[in-house]
Amino acid sequence: MSARLGYYPGCSQSGTAAEYDSSTRACCKALGIELVDVPDWTCCGSTPAHTVDHHLAGALAARNLIQAETAGLDCVATPCPSCLSALKTADAHLCDAAYKAEVERLLGRAAPGPMPTQSTLQALYEKVGAQGVAAQVKRPLTGLRVACYYGCILNRPPGLMAFDDPENPVAMDELLNACGAEVVPFPFKTECCGAAFAMPRLDMMQRLSARILGMAQNCGADVIAVACPLCQMNLDLRQGQVNAAAGAQYAMPVPYFTQLLGLALGLPAADLGLAKLVLPLAPALEAAAARAAEAEAKRQAKANAKNGGTPRNQEDAPCA
Amino acid sequence: MRIGVMVCHCGNNIAATVDVEAVAAAAREFPDVVYATDHMYACSDPGQKTIEQVIRDLKLDGVVVASCSPRMHEVTFRRAVERGGLNRYMFEMANIREHVAWISLDRKRNTQKATDLVRMAVEKLRVDRPLTPKSFDVQKRVLVVGGGVAGIQAALDCADGGLDVILVERRSSIGGIMSKLDKTFPTVDCSVCVLGPKMVDAGQNPRITLHALSEVEEVSGYVGNFEVKIRKRTTYVDWTKCTGCGACQEKCPSRKVPDAFNENVSFTTAINIPFPQAIPKRASIDAEHCIRLTKGKCGACEKVCPTGAIDYAMQDEFVTEKVGAIIAATGLSLFDHKKCGEYGAGRYPDVVTSLAYERMLSASGPTAGHIKRPSDGAEPKTVVFIACVGSRDRSLNRPYCSNFCCMYTAKQAILTRDHIPDSKAYVFYMDIRANGKGYEEFVRRAQEEYGVEYVRGRVAQIYPQNGKLVVRGADTLLGRQVEIAADLVVLAVGAEAAKGAPELAEKLRISYDAYGFFMESHPKLRPVETNTVGVYLAGACQGPKDIPASVAQASAAAGKVLALLSKDKLESDPQIALVAANRCIGCGKCERTCPFGAIRMRELRDGSQRAEVVETVCQGCGICSVTCPVRAIQLQHFTDSQLLAEVNALCRTWDETSES
Amino acid sequence: MIRTDLGAGRGKALPAPLPFKIPSATLRELVGIPPCLHCNPDTDSEEPPMQTLDLALDRDQAFMDEVARESGQDLKSCYQCGNCTAGCAYTQDYDIPVHQVMRLVQLGQRQAALSCRSVWLCATCQACTTRCPNNIEVATVMDVLRHMARRAGYAPERLVKTFADEFLTSVARHGRVFEVGLAAVFALKSGKPMQDAGLGPAMLSRGKLSFLPHTPGGNGKAEVAAIFERFRNRPAPHHPATTNSEDE
Repeated sequence: MSARLGYYPGCSQSGTAAEYDSSTRACCKALGIELVDVPDWTCCGSTPAHTVDHHLAGALAARNLIQAETAGLDCVATPCPSCLSALKTADAHLCDAAYKAEVERLLGRAAPGPMPTQSTLQALYEKVGAQGVAAQVKRPLTGLRVACYYGCILNRPPGLMAFDDPENPVAMDELLNACGAEVVPFPFKTECCGAAFAMPRLDMMQRLSARILGMAQNCGADVIAVACPLCQMNLDLRQGQVNAAAGAQYAMPVPYFTQLLGLALGLPAADLGLAKLVLPLAPALEAAAARAAEAEAKRQAKANAKNGGTPRNQEDAPCA
Repeated sequence: MRIGVMVCHCGNNIAATVDVEAVAAAAREFPDVVYATDHMYACSDPGQKTIEQVIRDLKLDGVVVASCSPRMHEVTFRRAVERGGLNRYMFEMANIREHVAWISLDRKRNTQKATDLVRMAVEKLRVDRPLTPKSFDVQKRVLVVGGGVAGIQAALDCADGGLDVILVERRSSIGGIMSKLDKTFPTVDCSVCVLGPKMVDAGQNPRITLHALSEVEEVSGYVGNFEVKIRKRTTYVDWTKCTGCGACQEKCPSRKVPDAFNENVSFTTAINIPFPQAIPKRASIDAEHCIRLTKGKCGACEKVCPTGAIDYAMQDEFVTEKVGAIIAATGLSLFDHKKCGEYGAGRYPDVVTSLAYERMLSASGPTAGHIKRPSDGAEPKTVVFIACVGSRDRSLNRPYCSNFCCMYTAKQAILTRDHIPDSKAYVFYMDIRANGKGYEEFVRRAQEEYGVEYVRGRVAQIYPQNGKLVVRGADTLLGRQVEIAADLVVLAVGAEAAKGAPELAEKLRISYDAYGFFMESHPKLRPVETNTVGVYLAGACQGPKDIPASVAQASAAAGKVLALLSKDKLESDPQIALVAANRCIGCGKCERTCPFGAIRMRELRDGSQRAEVVETVCQGCGICSVTCPVRAIQLQHFTDSQLLAEVNALCRTWDETSES
Repeated sequence: MIRTDLGAGRGKALPAPLPFKIPSATLRELVGIPPCLHCNPDTDSEEPPMQTLDLALDRDQAFMDEVARESGQDLKSCYQCGNCTAGCAYTQDYDIPVHQVMRLVQLGQRQAALSCRSVWLCATCQACTTRCPNNIEVATVMDVLRHMARRAGYAPERLVKTFADEFLTSVARHGRVFEVGLAAVFALKSGKPMQDAGLGPAMLSRGKLSFLPHTPGGNGKAEVAAIFERFRNRPAPHHPATTNSEDE
């Protein structure tokens, strides 16, 4: 099956979240989703823009929708939840005449028509799905215990993001389950990690990310799978800073879910940017493999013991 | 013809935006009008007396009153006209309040419109004919749908009043939600101890016929003569032989059936008696979980039954009952907390609903009255109650208050502290609604005597941590986020309409609101009647309410029924369809289009067919009259000539005013 | 005015109160004194902190209307249930919890609402909006209050404002945010240049530091610059409630 989607990477994908970009592209290609980069895309404004002015934010986002429209794309996917929120907000509010007028004034041109947008997670979930993924898994992530962390805005507010449950989203869980991983129940799927406060208010980010790392550990996770470049940065790159403030020693790898997905699909590690993870994934994968092997050995031993003994008397009727 | 017209001021209601004197003056010029006046309050005693007097003094043949909606006072004025000596149908009403005065502030246009409406009424009156209602026999029997406390009370009151009662209950035992409660507020009475005697009465009363595990399938007929088809669902047990000994339940191997009576907190067997005080105390088989009925194996119950009451071949049965009135007492169901993602959406076993908790508190419940955490069976030391789950919440489309949750939460908190003296109970609330007798004192008692901690603020999230549930809420009075590690969380789930309520309403032909609660005739003055004559409401099916209110309403509904059926005969409404046999060509179209089945084709001696209206069934909707190709069937008091008279009057007036 | 144990965190002792007041917010942050509850050194208020409120006369209706208009939210439907505060991830650092910020708007308390730190510390994580039983977009209201606070010249969280300003400056200049450039400028302006120094080696060795901006190829850069130009030159709003300085 093939699907053609516009692709809006967002500013972090060229820099601090390059591995999210490369692994997303690699997975989509392997699973038959064609990503067409939005030509000449520019920054959507993200959080800073909307905290300064809603029309400015709308104009910055709308410019990219125009680019997509002009390129003949009928849907735009983006890996970054903040970009997605910006694009969706602009798209939704352009139906208001006053908003549209001001955005057009800032743009210096006509606003775009309606443009559906979605996360790359949604694209993978809806166009390929758990079954589609399972069919293509080459190296199941057996034994790897994953806490799926969606971040605060990927599914919220539900009226805007309109995908998955805002309190207990499951798209990532199901995809990684299909990859053979053991997805652990994780109550902090949508708790904020500190977002863009890492630089201006490190203390807040440290507290919030510590909470997430602590809960993931509590739930027995080996890794936290993420779908947001900012979450990933706070939890992975800044895990040391979190440890320092919390007096903890977390050593929890935080791969992008597309990196895990790519691994399961048998894609080359270079395409997935695994080397860019600050907390390396390899030890967790090795431990998982060892656990899986051990469990398999035990199961085999049990099966052998069973077959070796006398067959059990099979009684059918359960009643008197 | 001699017609009198009275134009009402209705105080300021009409007079503020309509020049009523001008309307009366204009009416004086209309053909056949010999008297026209305005009056401050036409419906008042002096107003009515004036009408009666004028009819006699001026020897009027008909009266027009221009005032409010006929829904308000048509009956009032018809009676007045009748007292004056005229046939009550020689009366027309022009609605110049709801249709004129209340919808526009333009006095000039309003006055013109009012005048037009009076003109139309006069013209119709000129072609009106006296009509005579017929009287018909009534069945002195009443159907009560629903066997909860309201249904039981209504049934007992009607039976005491001398009526035969058919009590239909959907579950295998009567008792409803009240039978599931442990104690009731504010007296902390044992619920089933109080209800039990009433249940037994209802089961044993010679006037009450109880159909349990039954539902209303179809309702036809009309007030005084309803015909109700009841589906008695099969129990697979012959209840004339079953003694309720319970031997079958002990031997049944299918033990993993979710126990609906215990709110699915525990399991029961496929064949079971729902609870010890069940009425009827008879076993029934849950076919979905019965090994014999699904797989053809087992049959243990049949073997052990001492009276041979088991009958696997039993089928649903239909019973038809004729009743004079119907009382709907179908109660309510509770909000499904699985819709609340922030409280775990049903994933956390230690987050339970209030009713499930009630079962745990009950000595005859799944834990024999010991409060235990569903997850590990341990006794909880910190219990958190969360109010307003699925109530007062627009985002869940439940904006209303469910009436009893504040009270039952206080009760459950008190009982918790009673059962487990070293426990702590917290209640997260937004407001406390404790407006019944002794209710406020009860809530204060919970806080002051039992040390229940009330925290004002909602809970945003519950999550598991280290075997407990962290409840994160807010104390808005303090202005802080707060949290507590709870062993057990009880959600005060709100009230919803009973499952299937809208479908039943359709069958009974009564209205229901957006939430499925049945609609009363008038929220203040007619809380137990519906707009369908002969169908009454009792209890929470009309809106969430507690036990005292349900019982009071049930007695009120019974009172209404007893009044209705106290007469031997009722009058039928003569505003029904009538066939002019000489015009009828016997095409049968009217018979096919009548939604009530009120038309029959009759064969004449010469073999031709003629339509005939069954007067008692006809509801006066007029569909037949529109369908008839030769205008042989006419709706009395709304015949083609009468309606056209109104139309002509309006067109003529328009011509006249546009010419001038 | 004096904070006791509120927000101190479990078991952590507060530093002893200083015998003198440090006027500058920046200096206070550098010295390491956490933001003080109910005390905002950026506003010079001579009124007693808990002054009796006249519900009719002390209400700024124009302010309430402006918030309603800009956010599109009707705060009459807020019944102060506290669900927003209950789920707020940042409430521990707020001076006024979010439900009380809503209450301030309901009561038309412009200065208190616009001068608080809370509106700057809101991450618009949408927990509040998602859970509000009255379908109020609480995060949007906080955003709008931040806009209005900017316009009114309030900035009690200097670094938060600096970060947003520098981010947008970077976008205006390059068409896309130049992450390394932003980090460098922020490090200088924050007065805490060494805060993220420890991350340098990890980022460098993994190629996460691009020392050149990723400029879009076509007209994108110019078009974005033009958007910002038009934004800078936008006509001032006519509301008397917003005065003081224009921001950038």
